[in-house]
Amino acid sequence: MLQEAALGADQIREIVREEIQRAMKKDPASKKAAIIASKGTLDWAYPPLILATAAAAAGMEVAVFFTFYGLTIIHKDFEKKLKVSPTGNPAMPMPVPMPDILTGMPGMVTMATSMMKSKFSKKKVAGIGELLDVARESGVRLIACQMTMDVFEYDQKDFIDGVEFAGAAAFLSEARKGHITLFI
Amino acid sequence: MAIKEDRLLDARGLLCPMPIVKAGKEMKTLQAGQVLKILATDRGAIADMPAWAEDTENHFLEWHEEDGALAFYIRKGEDAS
Repeated sequence: MLQEAALGADQIREIVREEIQRAMKKDPASKKAAIIASKGTLDWAYPPLILATAAAAAGMEVAVFFTFYGLTIIHKDFEKKLKVSPTGNPAMPMPVPMPDILTGMPGMVTMATSMMKSKFSKKKVAGIGELLDVARESGVRLIACQMTMDVFEYDQKDFIDGVEFAGAAAFLSEARKGHITLFI
Repeated sequence: MAIKEDRLLDARGLLCPMPIVKAGKEMKTLQAGQVLKILATDRGAIADMPAWAEDTENHFLEWHEEDGALAFYIRKGEDAS
């Protein structure tokens, strides 16, 4: 007891810090991530898949919940369905500055989409298909929101292999067990 | 002081998240204590590699520029998978 009383404030702080670090290391929530993917454009398909695959590579258990337009990312026809719209997106780099009245013209979505695809492949960014493959290989759970599937009249057969189907409660049950939860 | 690697991973030309995805796969095949050298050109890897190494309980040793690429050295940790 006498020896303990002789500990200085700095030593006590150091011991507490070490103990907290040790406890945090064993914290299962630091190994779990739950992500919601709610957007269905090519540009917004990337962030949830990049974060999910990076988290899996860091040894985390990851679940991505696809809802509303995000369902497009795991649709069998994602290659055709994922597009970029330049309208209402002033930050999008265009060959020449363009007001929204022009970006809304027919053919602009196709042009912006092929522009982004060629730029991405030139820079060797992984494609959506490759990221989905990596995600499934590394054990990322891909979960489709059954409610929005019903609203948009999608069938379970419309989605790529390995997709699970669930509702909000299933996502929340995953999310409450992890420190990382993202809505994208 | 030069570090001798047990395995070399060429991740040049790849962008986030592929360098760490490939590093994760490669690291699984190494024994604890062995060193993985990763060559990359993605400058985001300068921050990502040490962060990934810490999260996976591996030991980040050092990095330097080498022939226009970035070279990272990571030693497999005792508790790493």
